[in-house]
Amino acid sequence: MRARLSGDGGSGRDVSAGLARGLGVLSLALGAAELAAPGEVVRLVGLREDSPAVRTVTCLYGARELAHGTGILSGHSTAGWVWSRVAGDVLDIATVMAGARRMGAAPARLGSALAALAGVTVADVAIARALSRRSDDGAGECRASAAVTVNRSRSETYRQWRDLERLPEFMAHLRSVTTEESGRSHWEATGPAGSTVRWDAEIVEDREGEEISWRSLEGADVENTGSVRFSDAAGGRGTEVVVDLRYRPPGGRAGAVVAKLLGEEPNQQLRDDLRRFKQVVEVGEVVRSEGSPSGQSTGQQLAQRPAEPVA
Amino acid sequence: MRANCWTGKRSVEVRDVPDPAILNRRDAIVKITSTAICGSDLHLYNGLIPTMRDGDVLGHEFMGEVVEVGPGVDDLAVGDRVVVPFPIACGVCGACERGMTALCENSNPNAGVAEKLMGHSPAALFGYSHMLGGYPGGQAEYARVPFADFGALKVESDLSDEKVLFLSDIFPTGYMGADMAEVGPGDVVAVWGAGPVGQFAIASCFLRGAERVFAIDRVEHRLRMAQEAGAETLDYEQVSVPEALTEMTGGRGPDKCIDAVGMEAHHANGALHAYDRTKQAVGLETERPHVLREAVMSCANGGIVSVIGVYGGFTDKFPMGSFMNRYLTMRAGQCHVHRYMPKLLQHIRNGDIDPSFVITHRMALDDAPRGYQTFLEKADGCEKVVLTP
Repeated sequence: MRARLSGDGGSGRDVSAGLARGLGVLSLALGAAELAAPGEVVRLVGLREDSPAVRTVTCLYGARELAHGTGILSGHSTAGWVWSRVAGDVLDIATVMAGARRMGAAPARLGSALAALAGVTVADVAIARALSRRSDDGAGECRASAAVTVNRSRSETYRQWRDLERLPEFMAHLRSVTTEESGRSHWEATGPAGSTVRWDAEIVEDREGEEISWRSLEGADVENTGSVRFSDAAGGRGTEVVVDLRYRPPGGRAGAVVAKLLGEEPNQQLRDDLRRFKQVVEVGEVVRSEGSPSGQSTGQQLAQRPAEPVA
Repeated sequence: MRANCWTGKRSVEVRDVPDPAILNRRDAIVKITSTAICGSDLHLYNGLIPTMRDGDVLGHEFMGEVVEVGPGVDDLAVGDRVVVPFPIACGVCGACERGMTALCENSNPNAGVAEKLMGHSPAALFGYSHMLGGYPGGQAEYARVPFADFGALKVESDLSDEKVLFLSDIFPTGYMGADMAEVGPGDVVAVWGAGPVGQFAIASCFLRGAERVFAIDRVEHRLRMAQEAGAETLDYEQVSVPEALTEMTGGRGPDKCIDAVGMEAHHANGALHAYDRTKQAVGLETERPHVLREAVMSCANGGIVSVIGVYGGFTDKFPMGSFMNRYLTMRAGQCHVHRYMPKLLQHIRNGDIDPSFVITHRMALDDAPRGYQTFLEKADGCEKVVLTP
């Protein structure tokens, strides 16, 4: 079972990624210079004094730059590392200005140093923002996807999902789904802090045994669209079910971060929902253990009761 | 009912807990007549398996009488005598259909937690942490058995509990050790660990026609038991195991190596033991993989290393160079008990083996804490403790 936060993967990203690598190399070069020749660097930015304390600070900043550079070039959470460069830029500017005020500086050199720092900061912010769009498509929209293999035919697996009113059996956050003759449906779910969120939805794509897509209608508490796709698993191993959700959480991206801190991780939840879907299709019901007898959500899984019989 | 509960590191307590109830359609409730303490329970006892909670009912080797069945159970009836496999398996998912019941895809409600540690989740086990399901175990008067229609093996009443109890875990586990190693006629096999699982691995190698089996341990009564079964014994505190194995096999090394020790291995060299012990204590590795390293290094070129001792997380200093360059194969796994039970029951019926030979201690369930301590210390000649509720 796999889930991921997915992005668009367009060419704009490739450009950002290339620029980020450039920043990584820049960090490494600057870091190496600060560590190898702190005195030279201090003179270069125009500071007049060259004390052991100044050299020590410069060396420490050099080590920081090496960390930024290594982090960016490692390719993992590049956006986070570029944002860390932005924080470093602010620190650099503040340090140079404070140094200049305390011990004086050559005005021309100081000016060009600050201009260079400001320029780098602008570039860092732009690239970090571009990279951050990966997991957040601009205006607070979140995406989650997950997949599971069900040991049943595509048509049977599709039929089970198409029975929308049964979705709450395995989707932990759904309280109820009611379908109307028109094909529209009314959804109620548990929102942040136990609140109730409601929306009406319509099916926009329905191909038997292949795909169901839906979207919420005007007035939804949580605007959302989603799709579930069914395909044959290799080697006759049943049906691969892939769910893709996009939604605007209450409170936008900040709200999503807060929810995550409260244990509401959308990918994990979706994966757990799909695991229960598999149980419902294959076994006929959600499988329960005494550690989490209610059939549970991720939050409840983390807050298990002891594995002793339920009174 | 009375049940033996984990209450913290090196601490178990027999407590009064609620009686189990049917939670799923294919559940049965079993009144337990015999249950045992497993070597892998000692990993829990020593606090080395994460996600245990105060109050978890322990035990995954048990048998008894069906006293209640859920509406989805059609081939078991109240009064049936059953042995219960330690992995919980649904019988209908892809893994179960292919006989890999220790990898059941439906039995672990907490699979998400296990995925974080292991990438993908194996099956749930009775009484073996919340990461592996959060199911109460069988060191108790009663147990709920999920998927009882698939898991519980009916046993005719003429075979005593002591003869069939170990079909729940250690006999099939030892047998799978030999099976994964593809042990057959003419093979020379080395088995690390002469605890109960090691004893069954040795017995299974001979059942499958192995020509020579070496048993490696340091506990005298364990080595004696192995010797009685026909194994040649090595006390790793007296000899260098790799050297001795090389010498005893004409320089080739054993064709097959079975690790029946797992994550809490000891090393004859105090300094090397302290190295892994320290890293384990501070969380730099979760295992003390001494046996695994030695098995790989000792194995003959082109041989098979089979791991049935339990590992929990991450190991280091694995001799990958030896493993790769010498065309070794490694297989490992929790036992697919369901797959082996009928065949091994037949061996018992035929009189090919009487699994009760490992039992050294019989106690009441209420004495479980003493049983754990005795087993841990291998005191008083302890090899296997059976508890009677």
